[in-house]
Amino acid sequence: MRTSRARTAAVAAGAYLVALVFLLPYVEMIITAGRAKNELLDANYLPKHFTVSNFTSLWSAGGLGGNIWVSLQVAGGATLLALIVAIPAGYYTARYRFRGRTAFLLVVLATQMFQPAAMLVGLQREFTNFGLPSPTISLIIVNAGFNLAFAVWILNAFFSSIPVELEEAAQVDGLSRIGALVRITLPLAAPGIVTALIFTFITAWNEFLVALTLSLGSAPADRPLTVAIDGYVGQYSTDWGHLFAGGLVATIPVIILFALIERRVVTGLTAGAVK
Amino acid sequence: MTTLRRLTPLAWLGPALVLIGVVVLWPVVVMAQSSFQHIGGEGFVAGYNGADNYRRLFDEPDFAAVLLRTLLWVVVVVVVTIVLALGLAQLFHQRFPGRRVARWALIVPWAASVMMTALIFRWALDPNSGVINLFLHQIGVVDKLGSNQAHWLGDPHRALPWMMAVAVFVSLPFTTYAILSGLQGIPDDVYEAASLDGAHGLRAYRDITLPLLRPAIVVATLINVINVFNSFPIIWEMTRGGPGYETSTSTIFMVDLKQGNVGEAAAMSVINFALVIVVVVVYLSTTRWKEQVDR
Repeated sequence: MRTSRARTAAVAAGAYLVALVFLLPYVEMIITAGRAKNELLDANYLPKHFTVSNFTSLWSAGGLGGNIWVSLQVAGGATLLALIVAIPAGYYTARYRFRGRTAFLLVVLATQMFQPAAMLVGLQREFTNFGLPSPTISLIIVNAGFNLAFAVWILNAFFSSIPVELEEAAQVDGLSRIGALVRITLPLAAPGIVTALIFTFITAWNEFLVALTLSLGSAPADRPLTVAIDGYVGQYSTDWGHLFAGGLVATIPVIILFALIERRVVTGLTAGAVK
Repeated sequence: MTTLRRLTPLAWLGPALVLIGVVVLWPVVVMAQSSFQHIGGEGFVAGYNGADNYRRLFDEPDFAAVLLRTLLWVVVVVVVTIVLALGLAQLFHQRFPGRRVARWALIVPWAASVMMTALIFRWALDPNSGVINLFLHQIGVVDKLGSNQAHWLGDPHRALPWMMAVAVFVSLPFTTYAILSGLQGIPDDVYEAASLDGAHGLRAYRDITLPLLRPAIVVATLINVINVFNSFPIIWEMTRGGPGYETSTSTIFMVDLKQGNVGEAAAMSVINFALVIVVVVVYLSTTRWKEQVDR
């Protein structure tokens, strides 16, 4: 009994230590965001004074506030588009057996393994030729496309788990097929929809390479947050305090959202592998 | 009526097919086409030039080194990630008070933008005021703060291991969770039966746990190979692939070529994409995706 208690204590201590290691870089981000400008280059773990000026200056001229708004538009738009497209596809492939169903799901699964980095030149040339009014719209379309696979796959799994009898009963009670889908099935699939929603939002919010490529011609204030932050680096003296304040505003909401869906993400990402 | 019937799936799947077509498939076509074109600085196509782009790419003095470094980057990062994740998953699979909170800490690098994480490490490795240097100095690894010895990212032989460490750091959460979910799928009575047969501890792990984890490990490995191969923000933010191309992988090299010669960058992309396809085919043939959709 005593050994098992000692063992639990050792396991817990080890796990807390690992957890701390994973958190430390982000703690350093918080500390740097709170450093006053004249203490930025001091070689100490904690500054003598903390300041909030790095956060308040985010919304002043030349700050990152406008870029946060652009990123919100890109991530929000991509999420909306991905869901509008993925819900019918996930539902139909879950409910019906038809020719081409397996082929469709294979294409979807294959695209989940494709990442924009491998086809960047094609994306850049294609979307430049489209002549869309703003890079924001291009980025909404690209991010929706690369997250579609995850959304279709996880929604397919959720719709499959909802008994078709529920819809049939609702139709007997006078609802149309679409009515039964909207009133009965969609609410029951809410956990799956929320998972797809949050995952797409986070991925689009964090995306950097395509954003960097497609928004290069935009004014600095019209670029997504990741691109704007990148623009801060490498100048003669990087304003790390302001940079990490913006980074913190970008990171904390995303971590909270991710914590809500953590379990289901693994299932969705390793789709086809778990049995 | 029957024609209409046959077209019903298209109404439901059509939007998805269009989106995949526009964003995922068509760029591949454009990219392949561009790799045989002469493209000027402003993006104007000045006609086809056969295999010129490929020839120029293969003649780049850094080409072979970049490919070798890419291989090294992927193999080291993925192998270290899998080995560490096996240990971490085992640790977080145990019961202990506060397990939920500890697991929650693990997801932070996964949720945060890789680009932000890379920037934090770049800042923490700053030769004059970085906290990692401060710490290494205090424990006696770095003799003198501010000397060139602490300038990790300026020297390619030191920068690469640090960037690999960051890549492992951001890959660990997903990998650990994937293996954890594999561990949770192993029923307890398997171990009870094994312990009756005298298998305990490490032997039980090697003979029972590892074989049963195989599907989870295979999938986690393949997904990591794809992610690490395509990884851009870590190297970009920490060294920009430099000095020269001495810390570039093929993804960074392609992005850099794109600024000078789009056609040559397209040729590099085609090669990168072909490598990705190989991994995808392996993925699809090892996973049991078909059984899952045929339920």
